[in-house]
Amino acid sequence: MGETRKISLTVNGKSYEEEVEVRFHLADFLRQKLGLTGTHLGCEHGVCGACTILMNGKSVRSCLMLAVQADGQELTTIEGIAPSEDEMHPLQEAFRDNHGLQCGFCTPGMLTTLLEFLEDNPDPSEEEVRIAISGNLCRCTGYQGIVAAALDAAQRLRDAKGV
Amino acid sequence: MKPPPFSYHDPGTVGEVINLLKTLENPKLLAGGQSLMPMLNMRYVMPDNIIDLNKVDGLSYIEENNTGINIGGMTLQRDLEFSDLIKKKCPLMNDALQQVGHRQTRNRGTIGGSLSHLDPAAELPAVCAAHDAVIVLQGPKGEREIPFSDFPIAYMTPATEIDELLTGVKITSWKDGHGYAFIEFARRHGDFAITSAAALLEVDGAGAITRASLTVGGVGAAPVRMNEIEESLIGQSGDEDKFRELCEACREIDALGDVYASSEYRQHLATVMSRRALVKAYARANRKG
Repeated sequence: MGETRKISLTVNGKSYEEEVEVRFHLADFLRQKLGLTGTHLGCEHGVCGACTILMNGKSVRSCLMLAVQADGQELTTIEGIAPSEDEMHPLQEAFRDNHGLQCGFCTPGMLTTLLEFLEDNPDPSEEEVRIAISGNLCRCTGYQGIVAAALDAAQRLRDAKGV
Repeated sequence: MKPPPFSYHDPGTVGEVINLLKTLENPKLLAGGQSLMPMLNMRYVMPDNIIDLNKVDGLSYIEENNTGINIGGMTLQRDLEFSDLIKKKCPLMNDALQQVGHRQTRNRGTIGGSLSHLDPAAELPAVCAAHDAVIVLQGPKGEREIPFSDFPIAYMTPATEIDELLTGVKITSWKDGHGYAFIEFARRHGDFAITSAAALLEVDGAGAITRASLTVGGVGAAPVRMNEIEESLIGQSGDEDKFRELCEACREIDALGDVYASSEYRQHLATVMSRRALVKAYARANRKG
């Protein structure tokens, strides 16, 4: 075991204090230390986007930062986006209804990326959606269902806000 | 866990960073980590010590000065992308940033990290070359400034000394209303460009070009300024055929070749990207200026 450090952080509203090896990247920390295996690891060099999470509301690749760098930060992973145990987020509903996923490997990264994007751009064009998810690879859907789901989710979120 | 074992340091001041660089064995600076982290994960680099710059005070800023803007080395690409000052004073950088990686990487990636990594195809070094940026380095002997043209000394190798840190970038603005364009050819949006071109133009009331800058990225070991083309552009109007003819000179660039694209193909792309950048920059130039 190499050099370790104690870090404290908030993940999905819950506080954690953990001793972590400094060379652990954040994705491995979330999966192996916290047991939050919803964050997936595809390439581990920043190409596939599967490990995307939200840090202080901004989408980041959790394989491209060290766990120690998340000390004091607030994270949201795929496990934390639904409002409750038996209720889904409108973005999750839109993915289900539009065949936005098949195997589900890329889905956590797609959803976290789109959460930040739709916050910044509540009424995007199809092209803007395609650029927003250009850093997330999907090998099942051909992206059509994902783009449709993102546009549908944008509409649902706008309806919910009454705009 | 993939990175090799290392000791981790997160100093709070530039002075501490320089001191650590001087005293630690085989150190590596960690800025946004969007290039270094993949290299650590794949063990392309195995430093004994990582010096994380994210807690260093005073390295993230975008400030206006008399002639242009000063940017801190640890300024996030995201902050540059959404900066109104950058849009106004250095619109070429805004154009380029749209093509730098993806939203998730721009949220962590920094300008100083990108310049220090110095990938030949990266967008921000090409913008600095186009703008004749000045790079600010700090070391044990204090601060020194070097023109970007002297910054790359070889493939992916900046002139930064082993005990120095890139603290800032100074960019001189062009005249308000100047034309600008950053064009690149990549396999997918956000990928590293196979070839890119950055153009800056100033145009007089009659539509004649009075000042020109043309940079080609991804072809040579570092961004290449096309000085001869720039000189020939002076006095020209926006005739695309003339641009096409002048851009043929890009075939002479000493070009890299790899499994993705041969050197001949990169040279060919350079002629096309350069012409497109000039056409777009010319169309954007305000002739009343």
